[in-house]
Formats: sequence, C-alpha cells, structure tokens
Amino acid sequence: MQKKRLLLLAILISTLGGCATMGVQPWEKDVLAKPEMALNEQPLTDALDDHIYFSKEASSGGKSYAGGGCGCN
Amino acid sequence: MNKNKIIKTSLASATLALLTQPALSQQDTDSLSSPTNNQTEQTASDYEWKFDAALLFYSESDSRVQAFEPVFMASKQLDEDESISFKLTVDSLTGASPSGAVASNQVQTFTTPSGNADYQVGANVYPLDDSFKDTRVALAANWSFPLAESTQMTVGANASNEYDYFSASVNANISHDFNNNNTTLFAGLSFASDTIDPVGGAPIALSRMQPVGASQAKLDGTQDKDTLDILFGMTQVIDKYSLFQLNYSYSMSDGYHNDPYKVLSVLGADGNYFDDGIATANVLFENRPDKRTKHSLFGRYKRFIDGDVVDVSYRYMTDDWDIDSHTVDLKYRFALNNDSYIQPHVRYYTQTAAEFYQPYLLQAQALPTYASADYRLAEYDAVTVGLEYGWTTQSDQTWRIALEYYAQSPTEPAKFGVLQDQTLLPDWNAVMLRINYSF
Repeated sequence: MQKKRLLLLAILISTLGGCATMGVQPWEKDVLAKPEMALNEQPLTDALDDHIYFSKEASSGGKSYAGGGCGCN
Repeated sequence: MNKNKIIKTSLASATLALLTQPALSQQDTDSLSSPTNNQTEQTASDYEWKFDAALLFYSESDSRVQAFEPVFMASKQLDEDESISFKLTVDSLTGASPSGAVASNQVQTFTTPSGNADYQVGANVYPLDDSFKDTRVALAANWSFPLAESTQMTVGANASNEYDYFSASVNANISHDFNNNNTTLFAGLSFASDTIDPVGGAPIALSRMQPVGASQAKLDGTQDKDTLDILFGMTQVIDKYSLFQLNYSYSMSDGYHNDPYKVLSVLGADGNYFDDGIATANVLFENRPDKRTKHSLFGRYKRFIDGDVVDVSYRYMTDDWDIDSHTVDLKYRFALNNDSYIQPHVRYYTQTAAEFYQPYLLQAQALPTYASADYRLAEYDAVTVGLEYGWTTQSDQTWRIALEYYAQSPTEPAKFGVLQDQTLLPDWNAVMLRINYSF
C-alpha cells in the first residue's frame, strides 16, 4: 500500500513537471477556444447523465462532486 | 451603467440569499469549469442572459422506471471574469423498481411501504414494487468571480426536494491558471445535508415485513445523512489541438444509507421462501453501514482533429464497501456542413459487488449485521451507446437531439434448490431521448 502511494506520488510529480514544457502561446489558442473544445461544453447533459448513473450505479463523481441529493429508485 | 450596477447588485444579493439557505446537493459540473480555454475577448452580446433548456425522456424495460426530466438554466456574464447561473430541474418518475425480493414458483404477497395496502407478485415473476411515484424539484445557483490575478472562485448552493427526501448543499471551488494559462489547478469542497422521510417510516434494520393491519416495525421521525466531497484537479493544454484533465475526488458520507423500500428474501433449505406462518412473503428490510468513503481518479483527453473532436475519459472508483468500478467513455464529434455535427457515444461501466450484498438470506444461518439485495450493489457490467445530432441556427441558437441505449448485465448469483429455476438478477435496459436548446 505504501509503495503504491509512493508510486502514485512519483507519477503525479513527474506529470506536473512535464506540464511546464507543454502548452502553447496565447495566440495559438484559437482551436482550443472553440466551444466544442471546452470541458464543460454541455453542463445540462453532464448533469442529466450524472443523475441517471448516480441513480442506477454504485459509483458517482470523478468528473465533479459525487453528490447525492435524491432517494433515487 | 447605473442600472446595470443595480441589477448586478441585486442578483448578487439574490445569490447570497440562496447561499445562506441551509441547502446543497446535486452534482454541478458547471461550477468546475476550467477557464483555461475560454480566454476569448468579450463582446456586448456576451453580457446578456443566456438560456439552456433540456428535456429528458427515460424509459426502462419491463415497465420499470419511466422518467420525464426538464431542466432550465439561465446564466449571465457580469464582467470579464464574473458570472452567475441558476438552474431548475424537475424530475417526474413513475413505474416500478425491483424490491430486492427473489422470484419464486409461488404467488407472493408484499405490503406496500405505507403499510396500508398489499400487492401480489405472480409465480416465477421478478418482484417489482410499483407503489412509488415521485416528483423531484431541484434548484442550483452558482456565482463565479475573480479572487486574484489568474485565480477564480466559484461558490454554489443546491437544494433538491421530493416527498420523502430533501437535500441541501453548498460548495466552493477555487482555480488558478499558470504556465501561460496552459495549466489550471483547482480544488473544491462540497457539503451536503440530506433528510430522509420514508413513506410509512424507516424500517427497523432487518425487521420482517408485516401484513396490512399488523404493527409494522418502523421508526418514528426522519433520518439524516451528511456528505463531504473534496475534489482536486488539473487541466493541461498539451498543444494547439489537445488538452487533458486529471481529477482526484474523495467523498465521505455519514448517516442513513439504507434504501428504506428494499428487502431481502428469507429462504428455506428447498430454495423457496421460508414459511414462518405469516401470510406476507418472508422478507426482511435491508441494513447498510452508516458510513461510506469513496475515492475516484478521473482522467480525460480531448483532441481536435480536422474539425472533429474526440473526447475520451476513464474513471476508477473504489470505496470501503468493497465496490471497485471502472468507467470508460468515448465520444467522437464528426463535424458536418452548416454548423452541424453528429456524435456517436459509447460508455462501458463495470463494478464489483458491495461486501454486504446478498441476493437472499437463509433461515438456517445467523443474521448478518449488514445485508442488502439492491441490484445496484451487485456485480455487473453496463454499456451505453448513443448518437447525438446538433446544429446551430443562423440566429445563433443551438439544438441537440440525442438517443441513447443503456443495458445492464448483472452476474447471476449462486442458486440452489427450486431457486435454480429463477433469474435473480435479470438483464435490463433503458432508452433515453434528450433534447437540448440553447438561446
């Protein structure tokens, strides 16, 4: 368990380190600024999906809060 | 200008007023948006109210749950980095839900949750309880504003109410952009307080269902559950065309976790319901631990490919109920002519069973401390396939229509005696039709 955690931490740190070399200049963001490239492009669809899967599966969250809030059948 | 300030102030106070309500709950993805990719210049039209509406029709096979769910969201950019949004969700449910009892070769009689009526389930029929009918109304408000240079804060409040369940939650998220706005780190906290007031009262754990007229073993008063969620995430631009997101989330809940309407069958040595002399089927109300801790890792990658967009994500979840799950989601948005697109969607989900999941109890064995026959705590796989078509009109309104098919395939539990003639966890599926309109 301890080893697993250390490995996870190492992966996280190296990922963060790698990020400094990634990315683009502000004027190169035209494609990424398109609405279809936004991560929250469809908030209502995401919320509806989260609610369905929260009601029918034992997992929730990940993308956002695990939440709760209903006595779902 | 002055008028604008007044409106702005009153909306802010309305938001604050909502926040001071003791409320919160439903997940809110919009509050966690990364500003990394939205650094475009604002124009006058960006400061007008924007509206999003969605309508979901959800229908399960075998006359199980049918749902109709309209959602309406209004959002407004108040300033370059400041925005508010309000969301109203109505969720109307009818149909039947598996009670947890097993099918048998004899007709079984069950008492409804109210204790005032009973219903019969035919021989060799999978027991469904059709006595529920519910409407849920949920409200959410979010306010996003700059805290410092490159640092954004979002606060939100949610409330959700149905006749036997009330949930209120508040959340706060902070995000910081750095590395030339190519990296966003965010952290969020959500606290939810739920009040459960089951029809007929919450059953005493593992008590036997009683016939109509007899005293039902139910508790007085309402039950409570508190949930704390913590979320850490990162969004990183990889190159001109792609980015990824990594999230870790922790969720801890404390309180009443039982489904007050779910039962477990008590079986004799022959595999049939054990006859204890009471006419009502021999079933006990379930009991789950009063605490649950979940950990999730979520990764997502999005790439623009010659006008198309690929969006793939994976989630691993593990909890202290022994449930592990893997979810893979893939969407591919094919750009068509005239500002339209078509987007196929595939999702695969698999989970292990909760340690206290039991398809039935045996009369000959001592009662366990915790037991539930809820099919959602069993081991199963589920697949979703869907297709979405979207288009933007000349006046900049967006329409989307999606049809999705969801199929759940449980692992059939071990059986013995006459129970071998029954299916304990039948496959089931659902069809979903969703229409979105943004204007």
